[in-house]
Amino acid sequence: MSLDLPAKGCRETPVLKERGQREVFCGLTSIVWLHRKMQDAFFLVVGSRTCAHLLQAAAGVMIFAEPRFGTAILEEKDLAGLADANTELDREVARLLERRPDIRQLFLVGSCPSEVIKLDLHRAAERLSAIHAPHVRVLNFTGSGIETTFTQGEDACLAAMVPSLPATQARELLVVGALPDVVEDQMVDLLAKLGIGPVRILPAHRSAETPAVGPNTVFALVQPFLGDTHAALVRRGARHIPAPFPFGEEGTTAWLRAVADEFGVSRDHFEAVTTAPRARAQKAVAAHAETLRDKTLFFFPDSQLEIPLARFLARECGMRPLEVGTPYLHKELVGPDLDLLPEGPVLSEGQDVELQLDRQAAAAPDLTVCGLGLANPLEARGFTTKWAIELVFTPVHFYEQAGDLAGLFSRPLRRKALLKGGAA
Amino acid sequence: MKLTLWTYEGPPHVGAMRVATGMKGLHYVLHAPQGDTYADLLFTMIERRNHRPPVSYTSFQARDLGADTADLFKATAREAHARFKPQAMLVGASCTAELIQDDPGGLAEALDLPCPVIPLELPSYSRKENFGADETFHQLVRALVKPMPRTAEVTANLLGATGLGFRHRDDVTEVTRLLALMGIKVNVAAPMGASPADIARMGQAHFNVLLYPETGEGAARWLEKHCGQLWTKIVPIGVGATRDFIHEVAGLAGVSPKVDESGLRLPWWSASVDSTYLTGKRVFIFGDATHSMAAARIAATEIGFEVVGLGCYNREFARPMRAAAKAYGLEALITDDYLEVEQAIAAAAPEMILGTQMERHIGKRLGIPCAVISAPVHVQDFPARYSPQMGFEGANVIFDSWIHPLVMGLEEHLLTMFREDFEFHDEAGASHHGGKADLREINAAPAEVVEAAPETAQAVAPVEMPVAAGEPVWTADAERELRKIPFFVRGKAKRNTEKYAVERGVMTISKDTLYEAKAHYAR
Ligand code: SF4
Ligand code: SF4
Repeated sequence: MSLDLPAKGCRETPVLKERGQREVFCGLTSIVWLHRKMQDAFFLVVGSRTCAHLLQAAAGVMIFAEPRFGTAILEEKDLAGLADANTELDREVARLLERRPDIRQLFLVGSCPSEVIKLDLHRAAERLSAIHAPHVRVLNFTGSGIETTFTQGEDACLAAMVPSLPATQARELLVVGALPDVVEDQMVDLLAKLGIGPVRILPAHRSAETPAVGPNTVFALVQPFLGDTHAALVRRGARHIPAPFPFGEEGTTAWLRAVADEFGVSRDHFEAVTTAPRARAQKAVAAHAETLRDKTLFFFPDSQLEIPLARFLARECGMRPLEVGTPYLHKELVGPDLDLLPEGPVLSEGQDVELQLDRQAAAAPDLTVCGLGLANPLEARGFTTKWAIELVFTPVHFYEQAGDLAGLFSRPLRRKALLKGGAA
Repeated sequence: MKLTLWTYEGPPHVGAMRVATGMKGLHYVLHAPQGDTYADLLFTMIERRNHRPPVSYTSFQARDLGADTADLFKATAREAHARFKPQAMLVGASCTAELIQDDPGGLAEALDLPCPVIPLELPSYSRKENFGADETFHQLVRALVKPMPRTAEVTANLLGATGLGFRHRDDVTEVTRLLALMGIKVNVAAPMGASPADIARMGQAHFNVLLYPETGEGAARWLEKHCGQLWTKIVPIGVGATRDFIHEVAGLAGVSPKVDESGLRLPWWSASVDSTYLTGKRVFIFGDATHSMAAARIAATEIGFEVVGLGCYNREFARPMRAAAKAYGLEALITDDYLEVEQAIAAAAPEMILGTQMERHIGKRLGIPCAVISAPVHVQDFPARYSPQMGFEGANVIFDSWIHPLVMGLEEHLLTMFREDFEFHDEAGASHHGGKADLREINAAPAEVVEAAPETAQAVAPVEMPVAAGEPVWTADAERELRKIPFFVRGKAKRNTEKYAVERGVMTISKDTLYEAKAHYAR
């Protein structure tokens, strides 16, 4: 297959960089999906009551009886002396591991308060690893809001795992990024049909399945926000397969094609494997594209999925992006998507939410993609919105989800058309 | 350091946000990192607010630390003032900013903004949300109330309603109506619905009605001291409390306590024979202190339940809560650790829980029906319809919402009669609730049901009743017999039987023990 590139893509588009009030989650939020993915891991945030409250709000409030995450809330006496804070942390961890013998990996997750008081969680993790080895391995990463935005928490977590992955000389494909199980299974199945393997996955379901990495490892990313993980894998000698991200029929095909080329899969075999699911995906997307075609689109920064999604919505659904905001623009990772995204939209990085709201009001888009804090206020002003957090909590990657992905955007528009009662 | 999985209260600055978001013409500049903006969604999603909370966050990052976080604060405050032109501004720090000690109050003062600026000192590492709301309201009143003469007619202020409060919107309306029946007008209801200019004229009222001690008592005390306004101590939740409240108000206002009760239905709904089945149902009550204590009184004296557990998560009210629990022969459970609450509920094996959204989830896990009586609550506890908790209409609403999770009265009798029937057995659930009835296999041995299946499809670990060493053991036969007892009384039967056995040193519970115990406890 050949991708027909637009006359001019967005790779060279100047980026509007903004600095001001942000309306985004911090990296701790990633724990909400990471703890479902890694089934023998516990995420222990060392933070404040605010951090605990954030996790509760982001998790949609206590979905699970006893979740595999929690917050060790710093109290006044912990702030007074770091020695005591470390003793307290050791005690809480010991207590936790005793109560949860199923836990094999423990992540100490740094927060703004733990970083500001300079509580060294890396040393704490080493100390605790020594105490609780071999049953439990303790690692640390930061999810703090002063360092990370939303999905960057997953990046920080995976990057923290990379140095301790076992070494291998084997030529293997490593797929990097947390996917819902159903999607992961579909992906593994497609790769198997293409004859590509062995396939390893980071993060693995359980610590026993932890992948190895080495100079013959090639890796593909399924999420665009994994910049640090990318760098850490390159440091271990692995090589990245650049590709558009597997959203929509086109994105999935391009992603698979890049991997297939790496593994020398023939054109014919590739066609044989992908023709049927491609047709299904196109058909499923077409049903929604009717609603989406020619509608204008505005992204507030949120998950870093914005560029690949804008590419999907513009090319496969016929939408017209006006502004694509993203918290960070990793040109190295989303470059192939930028090449495909037809020129036109403003690209913005970072945020000053008041200024961006002014631009949004002036642009008056048909559909605004934004966080939960902004959605209802914008709806009340007559705009139609799609809340961005659903994009990371819903299976949206690869062929069989292409229609669902388009549906996430068409539903608010169809709903607006149905409701005659007015709002606000 | 304390490990926390779920919390009843957020940090104190969220309390300040509840005050600011309920008000008009006020803006809050919060020195905080980007992630703290999550708090906006509590208001826009859970409460379905159609506007953003009036809060500007400085969104400082790691690279700002030690360099210009103070300048960032000043710039944010200046821009927020220019953009929103508030009548007054709150300034403060979240937990992280508290550590970097930039002194938002001092910085804002140096800006010399053309509106009152009220600095908030909310200790994030020792206090929580309710304290934050109470203290913020208190500081607002302190800074803004102006000396003014009393109104000519009798008026009162309503204190304590905030954004994100459990039924605060409708309670304010209901109490306003109730006072109107007594010929008393509301001067200002605050903080929710008020502007800084409204706060300024609170001194005009003749007295104060404290709706929510958790979030309004600091202001009530300040107003008493500085404006000479007395305040009500009774919270009008429930029939008895509402009547007592009316007497208290009549005394404060010098008016007649005769109020038309024609809209009040709870007493008759409770007295009518269908409600007989409610007698002695064992309820466990947990929430904030004010709502829990009110619920206990209603449960015991207006519905005829037996209160088997009572407690609250806000330690500030431990004293009155302990006293209240004592009146029911109980030791109050005072904790903000929901695992402890879950354990206490499992041990008490109640037939119903009155609690917060946390207890609703505990109830789901344990298979015990639950009605919500207190914050924290979730989106479905902000109903579209009018549904106060206070006053006479509040009592009606409470009757309905507590009874709804239970199996209906007549249905309960039928279940007892037909409990071996394959499609009308007890685990089929109440007929007025959704969810697929779980039909027993027609030929299955009737009593061979595994551990009480929770009514939801959620995959949860079965919760076993704790069996400590030295406790009696059930024979298979006796256990089968126990299974035949409808689920809503099974917990009680099990406990009573075990108690009976222990008291007599019986270590093996047979079918006979079960029926001996039944006869013993018959009433
Ligand atoms: S069940 Fe209720 S409290 Fe729990 S998450 Fe859903 S809406 Fe929130
Ligand atoms: S932004 Fe910082 S303080 Fe706030 S919740 Fe996130 S890690 Fe905690």
